[in-house]
Amino acid sequence: MPQPDVPQPDVLVVGGGAAALCAAITAGRAGASVQLLERAPAGERGGNSRHSRNFRYVHEGPSPFSAGPYPETEFRSDLARVAGSDQDPALLRLLIERSTDLPNWLLGAGAQLQPVAGGGLPRSRKTAFLLGGGKTMLNALYATAERLGVDIRYSASVESLILDNGAVQAVHFGEQGGQRVHPKATILCSGGAQADRAWLRTHGGAGADGFINRGTPHATSSVLRSLLSQGVAAVGDPTTAYLVAVDARSPADDGGIVTRVRSMHAGIVVDRHGQRHYDERADTASTRYSAWGQRLADFPGQIGYLILDRQGLQVEVPSFYPPISAPRIADLAQQFGIPAAALEQALDRYNAAVRPFEPPFFAYPMRPGITFTYHGVAVDASLRVRHQTYGPIDNLFAAGMLMAPNLLSRGYLSGLALMIGLATGRAAGEGAVRNAICGV
Amino acid sequence: MADPAAVIEVAASHWVDSAMTLERLDWAAQRSAVEQPQSTAEAEARRALHLCNVCGYCNGLCPVFDAAKRRPLLVAGDLDQLANLCHHCRSCLYACQYAPPHPFALNVPRALARTRADSYARHAWPQPLARLFANPHRAALLASLVTTLPLLMLVLISVPVDQVWAVHRGPGAFYQVLPWGWMVLLAGLSLGWSLLALGLGVGRFWRASAGVRASAGTDEHVLLPQRRRLAALKTALSEMLALSHLQGGGAGCADLDATPSRWRRRWHHALFYGFLLSFAATIAATLYHHLLGRLAPYPFCSAPVLLGSVGGLLMLIGVMGLGWMGARADPQPNTPETQNANQALLWLLGAVALSGLLLLLWRETAAMALLLIWHLGLVLALFLLLPYSKLVHAPYRLAALWRDALERQQRG
Ligand SMILES: Cc1cc2nc3c(=O)[nH]c(=O)nc-3n(C[C@H](O)[C@H](O)[C@H](O)COP(=O)(O)OP(=O)(O)OC[C@H]3O[C@@H](n4cnc5c(N)ncnc54)[C@H](O)[C@@H]3O)c2cc1C
Ligand code: SF4
Ligand code: SF4
Repeated sequence: MPQPDVPQPDVLVVGGGAAALCAAITAGRAGASVQLLERAPAGERGGNSRHSRNFRYVHEGPSPFSAGPYPETEFRSDLARVAGSDQDPALLRLLIERSTDLPNWLLGAGAQLQPVAGGGLPRSRKTAFLLGGGKTMLNALYATAERLGVDIRYSASVESLILDNGAVQAVHFGEQGGQRVHPKATILCSGGAQADRAWLRTHGGAGADGFINRGTPHATSSVLRSLLSQGVAAVGDPTTAYLVAVDARSPADDGGIVTRVRSMHAGIVVDRHGQRHYDERADTASTRYSAWGQRLADFPGQIGYLILDRQGLQVEVPSFYPPISAPRIADLAQQFGIPAAALEQALDRYNAAVRPFEPPFFAYPMRPGITFTYHGVAVDASLRVRHQTYGPIDNLFAAGMLMAPNLLSRGYLSGLALMIGLATGRAAGEGAVRNAICGV
Repeated sequence: MADPAAVIEVAASHWVDSAMTLERLDWAAQRSAVEQPQSTAEAEARRALHLCNVCGYCNGLCPVFDAAKRRPLLVAGDLDQLANLCHHCRSCLYACQYAPPHPFALNVPRALARTRADSYARHAWPQPLARLFANPHRAALLASLVTTLPLLMLVLISVPVDQVWAVHRGPGAFYQVLPWGWMVLLAGLSLGWSLLALGLGVGRFWRASAGVRASAGTDEHVLLPQRRRLAALKTALSEMLALSHLQGGGAGCADLDATPSRWRRRWHHALFYGFLLSFAATIAATLYHHLLGRLAPYPFCSAPVLLGSVGGLLMLIGVMGLGWMGARADPQPNTPETQNANQALLWLLGAVALSGLLLLLWRETAAMALLLIWHLGLVLALFLLLPYSKLVHAPYRLAALWRDALERQQRG
């Protein structure tokens, strides 16, 4: 029996990113008592969502926040192209329907979008840009949640959920899970486990140590681990992740958007033995960032070097870290501990085949930067978490990155992660309220 | 600058140069050059805006971010321009994914505020007087004493004592204390000098704000046809008068904390337009004097008095609003130096407005003479401090907006 001093909110929201805030606001507006547990301290709240900039949304007509219509059929084919079409059709429908009024919903919740008319944005027909980026959106959503009376707790990490007879009985959080809460319904919005090196290592092998986590250090595996160990169904492949090439000098976590290295097509990429493996000029589509992320993960030591000359450097938009330069290629090789002969050979071959590189030389050391893993909990079309034995758990919902692999188990489209977070967060909020208050 | 390829070309050569100087540094040193807060205002503003140029998330909040992209080299003059284009709406601190507690500890509003304050002093003319920026409260006090005390002496020497304390009524009452000619002479001299000094200072800033073009010796904005220069000036003026960019991109500014608010803009409008009305009152009084031959003090429902009292009240409201905000606001985006400069100016403006209103109220009492001296002294102090106080932010801002409008126009 729950003790009387243990809080019993109608709805408990776990996490503090886009999905969590959408869920909490939706539930709060419907009149439920809501508690939100965010693992990060207040100053670091917001998960990966605070690093985001734009979200994708389906809109049949013109919109002030994008450069033209983005019909449902086109979204479906875009998604199928990168991620296949094996998603649960009802879940996909939910995503599409919930995305169409996202701009209005966000405006209504106090967030601001950047109108296309103001200029200064890359032309985008399929996505809308958050004014001031994800952190500004989150600040507004947190303020709205507070006004609605949502009980927000920071530095409150959920360590385990107690499942019993196909229902959540209790949620343990705080240091060593020492605090307990007995919510009527729970929405898990704790994001992915991409910051959890130990977790990545158990699934992806030792290579994960060479990854740089682009986002929040609070993306740990405790929620996922607790669920999977109690028979909740997993979805996706824990050994795969959405990786992009980032500067190897980036901080281990939270380097955010500025650490990407992007002009591989203007130079040569070698591994630490000075070996070239790919034709750098083969792809110039934006998908090349993630292609290189994956390639670097397969390089020895998960490190690679982009070598450029002055002409190549001019293609690179100013990068956060300055390139490392040397008058001779052998000096560069020495700085990185690459065998000079091998590097010179690789360059000679490139010079002969493409164009001669001229000194001085410049280099960016690169590592795979992890954005999220394609691994999460399985949900049904009402976003209820699925148990291998009991089926969908009545009072347990999941939204955002934690369930995103149900929709996206490979590939990526810009703005899709946030689209999933915002859309499923709202839908899960509604589902949880129905469950907590109406008992369905 | 019209050609994006040219911009990239310049940016790239900048990278080549900086990469060459960094060549001998190890990775750790290279990292800290971009990741760690820098000690000088200039280096920190450069680090901050460089990070912004790679990130770009805040470009909807104000024109600074797009302008910074057009100036990727971020030489000292670029930083002066960008810092003065910044209206200190404070929004980008709360928007920033790299703000503290992030280890990059980026604080764009503060970095730009420091550079801005720095630019006022660096471009001031003559340079020895730039020292007045260092301690704004002392400067305000000094200026008030330097003007009020001699005025008091002048009156005590030239006017019989019983006259000073007498109740003066009717046209010309003020001039029985201080002759009109004297007032005009003192005001004209101090304002004239200040406008000269201010003009020279703003001129220096204008030349620096051309950025690399300045170092290359060609400011092509100066060579534009007059029609286009004037069109840009018109844009800049209307942006300044409306404070178009003190809106956090539309939602409102981070006046007290992250919550968007429109109050600081309102207080500023009250203060600025109150100031203009008060100035208009002086002009009206001069016209009354010269054209209508009517002598001050004027009746309560005359133009000078109406303009002056509405203006004075608005100024007081603005001063109190801004002062209250300054005291209540999250100090993070500010620097103590700029806070001091703001405060000192608010005190001075508040005192000018208050003394003016009191003079109006008690002009038919024995206190009139002292109030008149006090008010006049403060007005003169304000004039004298025009080039050496936070007041310079107005012409600097206008110049920066003009420059920005020219750049935007050039880009299409
Ligand atoms: C640099 C970068 C840029 C990106 N840009 C974009 C973009 O422009 N568009 C886009 O669509 N996507 C973008 N993404 C991806 C996208 O931001 C995220 O995938 C998405 O926002 C995830 O939302 P979420 O709410 O599910 O998770 P998150 O925002 O990651 O939130 C998870 C939350 O759960 C909390 N949490 C974790 N574990 C626990 C626990 N045990 N107990 C309590 N709380 C816990 C975390 O502290 C965090 O607050 C970007 C990602 C990165 C890293
Ligand atoms: S202030 Fe921060 S978030 Fe905004 S553009 Fe600069 S680096 Fe990016
Ligand atoms: S403080 Fe406001 S005006 Fe200044 S740079 Fe930041 S967003 Fe722009």
